[in-house]
Amino acid sequence: MSTVMETHVPAEERIRSFFVRPRRSLATVRLKEKAIFFVLICCGIFSVLITIAIIGVLLSETITFFGFEEVSLKNFLGSAQWTPLLGATKSFGIWGLISGTLLITAIAMCFALPLGLITAVYLSEYAPRRVRSVLKPVLEVLAGIPTVVYGFFALTTITPILQWLHGGFNVYNAMSAGIAVGILCFPTVCSLAEDALQAVPSSLRDAAYGLGGTRFDTSVKVIVPAALSGIISAFLLAIARAIGETMIVALAAGSRPQMTLDPRDEIQTMTGFMVQMAGGDVSNFGTEYYSMYAVAFTLFVMTLSLTLIGNVIRKRFRETYE
Amino acid sequence: MSRSPTTNEEDIEARLKNAEPASNRSRMQKDRAFRWLCIAIATVSVLVLVALLTSIVVQGVPVISWTLLSGTPEPEPSEAGMFPALMGTIWICSLCALITLPIGVATAVLLEEFKPRTKVAAWSYSLIQLNISNLAGVPSVVYGILGLTAFVSMFSLFGNATQPGAAVWEWGATYYDQFSNLGSDPFLMMSDEVDERYFLVPVENRTNPPTVPTEGMMAYENSVAGLVPVEVHVADAMGDLPTDPEVLATSIDSAAVPGRISEKAWYYFQLPLGRGVLAGALTLMLVILPVIIISTQEALRAVPSSLRDGALGIGATPWQVVWNVTLPSAIPGIMTGSILAMSRAIGETAPILIIAGIVYIRTSPQHLMDSYTVMPLQIYNWTSRPQDEFHSLAAGGIVILLGILLSFNAVAVLIRHRMQKPLS
Repeated sequence: MSTVMETHVPAEERIRSFFVRPRRSLATVRLKEKAIFFVLICCGIFSVLITIAIIGVLLSETITFFGFEEVSLKNFLGSAQWTPLLGATKSFGIWGLISGTLLITAIAMCFALPLGLITAVYLSEYAPRRVRSVLKPVLEVLAGIPTVVYGFFALTTITPILQWLHGGFNVYNAMSAGIAVGILCFPTVCSLAEDALQAVPSSLRDAAYGLGGTRFDTSVKVIVPAALSGIISAFLLAIARAIGETMIVALAAGSRPQMTLDPRDEIQTMTGFMVQMAGGDVSNFGTEYYSMYAVAFTLFVMTLSLTLIGNVIRKRFRETYE
Repeated sequence: MSRSPTTNEEDIEARLKNAEPASNRSRMQKDRAFRWLCIAIATVSVLVLVALLTSIVVQGVPVISWTLLSGTPEPEPSEAGMFPALMGTIWICSLCALITLPIGVATAVLLEEFKPRTKVAAWSYSLIQLNISNLAGVPSVVYGILGLTAFVSMFSLFGNATQPGAAVWEWGATYYDQFSNLGSDPFLMMSDEVDERYFLVPVENRTNPPTVPTEGMMAYENSVAGLVPVEVHVADAMGDLPTDPEVLATSIDSAAVPGRISEKAWYYFQLPLGRGVLAGALTLMLVILPVIIISTQEALRAVPSSLRDGALGIGATPWQVVWNVTLPSAIPGIMTGSILAMSRAIGETAPILIIAGIVYIRTSPQHLMDSYTVMPLQIYNWTSRPQDEFHSLAAGGIVILLGILLSFNAVAVLIRHRMQKPLS
């Protein structure tokens, strides 16, 4: 029966003979189906394994890190002094890096969230079709630019402009990196928020207009509240992206971990520290090397919890319309 | 328009006459103001993009030259190029696509086409789904750290592997002991009667002790024509040299200690992987796998279920439905998603930086384990230097990189445009 399968028959013949050809034995077919399903399941499990591997690797290496004599959990969680490379006075206070990360994130979100939301409202509720058809691809282009390009832009364009506006800016400063991260996150916020706004059924819109609302009333009092869960999860995703952003801060924010609110100062973020460690010639088994894993673990926990919160919000607070 | 219930008709009239027009006007003004605000913000965001692209193009386009495309990174900016980085990008991304696409598409097919039947299956499916959406939110630098542990050093199961040549197990490499006919004889070195020639003796194992030269030993000469077998003579280091020039040219010192060299085929494989091309590609796989899975799921969902029902109705098995019906009709969508994911992989810097480190690479990768650099890494390298000449080199590199990415995007848009006719 397999010879029937393997010989070359014209396509029409094959279709015609589909109903008359001898059947392959059901057992063979079932076996094949089972084998393929098994392969597919393996691929599905693989993606779960990646998560397990991330958590396992980060946890075990972080435990190794805390096993070193000069490291203590109290120092790690209770100090803002991050000086792993300074010979005798090593201090591993993660807050020095977290504050840098949060400063960058805050600056970036000051730009990305309001601008992104307003642009999304404009695109979804106001914009004529022609403007939309121009702006959407522009946003897509922005989203596709590699982050190292944004880092270059921050260092060679934004920083000089800032220094020209105000003399107090360092060559490496939090402001310029923050603005670049904001530009990077802007398309994320905008397109996700726009999706959420578009998902609001037009019956709500019509009702609001029917009651005599202006476009502003409709979008601010009806559409945005209705899409709030989607908008918030877009915001959380953007924040997670800003926290995990690496190349911009590695290029433009500098490498001095410190707790400061001054955006003109040089700071270091968690990701910036990891890049510094990977790019340098630090031995592979020192405390500094393992501190990279502790930082990565902290970063992973932060972004993962943001993603999980986003999932919960999307699920629990989603308003469903028929 | 009145918001509170009123009983008095006059009151309503008064409201309509006095309050409403005023508040209406202010609402209209608000609406107009908001519209202008929106337009202003949209303009600003477009202007920022224009500023970004202009500043890079202005700095970058004058630098673009044949040298930049075909040269190697040099300490002198005017001679520097990014050919090794270009080749590295091609190696890394094609490997990454070859590995990621099957796994990603298979996972998406599992989630979309083989719906769970039992409660336990449904629960594990939603676990996988949640896991994938979480993986998409993990910062790529964390994947770099994972790749460093899992692929580069293989959880340190095989000892410290970040040092070159620390492989525990390998395949596809041939080791040779290399002798020079001039050997250690200082007098011969100075005379110009004899040309320097190299002879290679194959070695079984790289841990074997160095070959001891014996009379009549067969060796390969590393000449222009490739490896040519030659019979080698041995000359006593302390005694007289052979007088026959032919013999002299193929003589090596009896006390000569060879240098161990290796020739690696393109499929050269070692464990642990080390800071090589394959480790980089596998790490990038981790980064773009969720992207590919999610976009493939969307493409599969867009296939109308009437097609599936039709195929099932004529007696096809679930896999036959997927292979003959669903996948072929979802291919344009899958391709669009994969191209966009690949363009993300091309631009990804942080994980590659963690895996490869900042190293000075002047050759394009020759085999799967070779050290490499990629275009974004080269750009980062140039940008992080203080000199302005290197900054403009970086800008040139960025223009080339953006050119490649834009053409990728254009292909994706083209495919999306082509597939826009409905299937049902």
